[in-house]
Amino acid sequence: MQFMLLFSRQGKLRLQKWYVPLSDKEKKKITRELVQTVLARKPKMCSFLEWRDLKIVYKRYASLYFCCAIEDQDNELITLEIIHRYVELLDKYFGSVCELDIIFNFEKAYFILDEFLLGGEVQETSKKNVLKAIEQADLLQENRIRITARVSMGGLRKNLY
Amino acid sequence: MPAVSKGDGMRGLAVFISDIRNCKSKEAEIKRINKELANIRSKFKGDKALDGYSKKKYVCKLLFIFLLGHDIDFGHMEAVNLLSSNKYTEKQIGYLFISVLVNSNSELIRLINNAIKNDLASRNPTFMCLALHCIANVGSREMGEAFAADIPRILVAGDSMDSVKQSAALCLLRLYKASPDLVPMGEWTARVVHLLNDQHMGVVTAAVSLITCLCKKNPDDFKTCISLAVSRLSRIVSSASTDLQDYTYYFVPAPWLSVKLLRLLQCYPPPEDAAVKGRLVESLETVLNKAQEPPKSKKVQHSNAKNAILFETISLIIHYDSEPNLLVRACNQLGQFLQHRETNLRYLALESMCTLASSEFSHEAVKTHIDTVINALKTERDVSVRQRAADLLYAMCDRSNAKQIVSEMLRYLETADYAIREEIVLKVAILAEKYAVDYSWYVDTILNLIRIAGDYVSEEVWYRVLQIVTNRDDVQGYAAKTVFEALQAPACHENMVKVGGYILGEFGNLIAGDPRSSPPVQFSLLHSKFHLCSVATRALLLSTYIKFINLFPETKATIQGVLRAGSQLRNADVELQQRAVEYLTLSSVASTDVLATVLEEMPPFPERESSILAKLKRKKGPGAASALDDGRRDASSSDINGAVEPTPSTVSTPSPSADLLGLRAAPPPAAAPAPASAGNLLVDVFSDGPAAQPSLGPTPEEAFLSELEPPAPESPMALLADPAPAADPGPEDIGPPVPEADELLNKFVCKNNGVLFENQLLQIGVKSEFRQNLGRMYLFYGNKTSVQFQNFLPTVVHPGDLQTQLAVQTKRVAAQVDGGAQVQQVLNIECLRDFLTPPLLSVRFRYGGAPQSLTLKLPVTINKFFQPTEMAAQDFFQRWKQLSLPLQEAQKIFKANHPMDAEVTKAKLLGFGSALLDNVDPNPENFVGAGIIQTKALQVGCLLRLEPNAQAQMYRLTLRTSKESVSRHLCELLAQQF
Repeated sequence: MQFMLLFSRQGKLRLQKWYVPLSDKEKKKITRELVQTVLARKPKMCSFLEWRDLKIVYKRYASLYFCCAIEDQDNELITLEIIHRYVELLDKYFGSVCELDIIFNFEKAYFILDEFLLGGEVQETSKKNVLKAIEQADLLQENRIRITARVSMGGLRKNLY
Repeated sequence: MPAVSKGDGMRGLAVFISDIRNCKSKEAEIKRINKELANIRSKFKGDKALDGYSKKKYVCKLLFIFLLGHDIDFGHMEAVNLLSSNKYTEKQIGYLFISVLVNSNSELIRLINNAIKNDLASRNPTFMCLALHCIANVGSREMGEAFAADIPRILVAGDSMDSVKQSAALCLLRLYKASPDLVPMGEWTARVVHLLNDQHMGVVTAAVSLITCLCKKNPDDFKTCISLAVSRLSRIVSSASTDLQDYTYYFVPAPWLSVKLLRLLQCYPPPEDAAVKGRLVESLETVLNKAQEPPKSKKVQHSNAKNAILFETISLIIHYDSEPNLLVRACNQLGQFLQHRETNLRYLALESMCTLASSEFSHEAVKTHIDTVINALKTERDVSVRQRAADLLYAMCDRSNAKQIVSEMLRYLETADYAIREEIVLKVAILAEKYAVDYSWYVDTILNLIRIAGDYVSEEVWYRVLQIVTNRDDVQGYAAKTVFEALQAPACHENMVKVGGYILGEFGNLIAGDPRSSPPVQFSLLHSKFHLCSVATRALLLSTYIKFINLFPETKATIQGVLRAGSQLRNADVELQQRAVEYLTLSSVASTDVLATVLEEMPPFPERESSILAKLKRKKGPGAASALDDGRRDASSSDINGAVEPTPSTVSTPSPSADLLGLRAAPPPAAAPAPASAGNLLVDVFSDGPAAQPSLGPTPEEAFLSELEPPAPESPMALLADPAPAADPGPEDIGPPVPEADELLNKFVCKNNGVLFENQLLQIGVKSEFRQNLGRMYLFYGNKTSVQFQNFLPTVVHPGDLQTQLAVQTKRVAAQVDGGAQVQQVLNIECLRDFLTPPLLSVRFRYGGAPQSLTLKLPVTINKFFQPTEMAAQDFFQRWKQLSLPLQEAQKIFKANHPMDAEVTKAKLLGFGSALLDNVDPNPENFVGAGIIQTKALQVGCLLRLEPNAQAQMYRLTLRTSKESVSRHLCELLAQQF
């Protein structure tokens, strides 16, 4: 996988993870282009598209789009499930995750991703093991901030189960 | 604002994020951010040492600001400080900041590396993982240099925790991808392979990615992984859905690991060991079988995970391409997916089938799905799926279904998305050519393409149809008829005009017998489009017109009228102007013979790789077109696309199709050997060179020039040449020039080609081209009688000092010229210094026993070595003043001998060789020119001015050059032209 982007329906970037070295300028250009392309697609369209010499795999959960760029020989369907597993991990950790959790606890979203994917490859697929690693870290942490009030956006969970 | 839970964890951060979210405008946001940046900067610079928590909070805020898309230029040092904190969360934020905002500041890198080194050595697995994640996220060369040697040790150490091994494996992978030279191969590699056997599924999952990458680079060193991977895969696919506990995903055992193992196996050919191979085939069959079982869950995750493995299995089967049974099963499975209700599966099935289509085992099986695929092309709502369908149709096309597929793609083109039209056009063009059984179908198809999607028909496509029509005389008549009909549409695409113009210019005569497409009708049809077309097309049409003059002499007057029109001769576009001028001159001065030679039908194009196939490859990357190219092992079809030699089978058993395709074996259509010079005139418009200019009929001169080389003494030409002085008869041996010699010479002062001399026995034609101080001249001696000329000996003589001024090398010609035949002589000319008298051409031969001799002036005058020079008015006047010595100027006032036509005058001055400068002379009626006479010894700059006086029917001509004799001579030469 070359990179993963999370962005909202309004096109706001919520998380970016790059597994190939690119300049900031290039990253911004790619983001702008892809957000535009993906947001323009209709709901029933297929989750894959060719873009430059990469394959884009994306899925929408509530207000958030999860979008991965993979190489030619990579497997689209398993990438779709990478996205899903990541959403599950976020959901389990935050307890019915929503976009606000990812905004206010962006560093957690990055930490969870690092446990799950490293260098663009799946590191650990077991939900239990990933969360164990994160929780161990949290035990070392004094206080954890939780967003309790959820604005009427609904959890990502809507599409989850 | 969302409420924040108790504790002041990073309350400040949450407040800041809320503030940003509440900003109503971009300006407000920037203001808030700048305020925060100022605050953080003052905290970092303050005297009071910040505690770890505050540092963490501020670093986190900076990170947030950066992720919003703003630049951050400080805080790196504070983040590095956090790395060495004992508190995990502070360390974690420090690492996150470093991972996201790497800075190649070498001082910082050293500090970061130091912190990482400490954490790696800490033996605290959580800290070690943080450090490894950081290396993997940054992946820079500096980090590679620092750690590439340590990480393999951590990876294979017996006491490393599983989570550390996982991170180490992928960390190493990232470093290896970035700088493979830094990762030392060694004893660890053997142990890495054995991680495939590890108890911990997570470790295997991470390790397979690393092993796959290592295998790609050094397949031989890692061969042992094949059997390990096969046994691991086999255990997974045969396990029950709950065996693997948390590694089962929606009832699918270890889907990620399975996919990775199947990818690893695609680095190698099928296993050689029969037992291993048997086990693998069994596993692959199990996967195919499971696809037929009812799903264990209705969740899309279940079917996605299961099908991810299935598609990867099919990829491996296609990669092996050796198990017909599996290939056909794979194809059937994909066939089911083609009609699946999940768009994603239809998309992937179409994509995967494309590769299956290129296997000889499954090509036929793929073809059975043609109707479904055509239906997909028509009905899919998502353009990316339609694109896949078009790709698959292209891949499954062969001779048996080409007509159906091409017609479906043409139909699709009418409504296709703009984004993919050009590609569809290329594909249709390639298929139509490749599988044409009769070429009238091919021509129809391409014309349909232009009709439906003219804007998307690239040059390559319409060039190609012209190549094919030119090379196949059986389709020329049909092509002419069809384009003629197509051009009658009231609005037809410009590409149609181009193709039509070219084809009628070449083959319009084939339909001229029909009064409905008689020459004048053809011409007026084409000319009715002329004014609506671009410059390139108009240039092409001008070439068609001059070809018409040759094909249909009855159109000559009309076409000359068109060429002579001010809109052509004075066209602002130089290409159009040049063509009009040259074609007009060519049509009026050249004899029918010369015209017929110059404007002869184009010879067949040499076969080479189809330009459109090359274009498709460029468009789609190297792999794309090869599906069609190399995939089809259809021995009976040699194709005209590539430069393919006819296979023996096509030669020995010429089936109708083989005959069509064996282009090379086809006799060249124009069998008459053209004179060598004509060959030089024909430029391959399709050459791969950078000359992508779409002009079809480069002017004869241009083409000529490209052939012109300085006659080097060691060239074969020179070796063959007469040792001129020795063979030359002395001047006393030859008679005086014929009385009309001067008049004949004058005809050639402003032109290079034409008939030099003609009597009842002999005609001498001239074609010449000059560049700088070099020239090449072709003389054509035509025997007008029916009796052979004997002892035919044309020689060039240099009277007086000319020997030192002009070098002329001649090639000897045959001593006999048959009745009605023509021989050609080539002269290479070099101007050594300025000269006044032209060389003489003496022709001696015996006709019916009587000796004949003839002396002419060779049309080589000093102005032939004129190089036009463009300059601005200011420069011109400056130079004009510089040449103000009385002797440098020559002037003549004389009466007009010809009607005073500005266009003709212009043409003559251009033919004389100087550049014509506009907007220099205040009087627009006057002409001003400039140029340089190029000789080997010296260059003579020349300026000229011609002032016509229409009332008096007089001209005043003024020449200023740096050399007196040249001024006078040029003035004399030029004055006789008006």
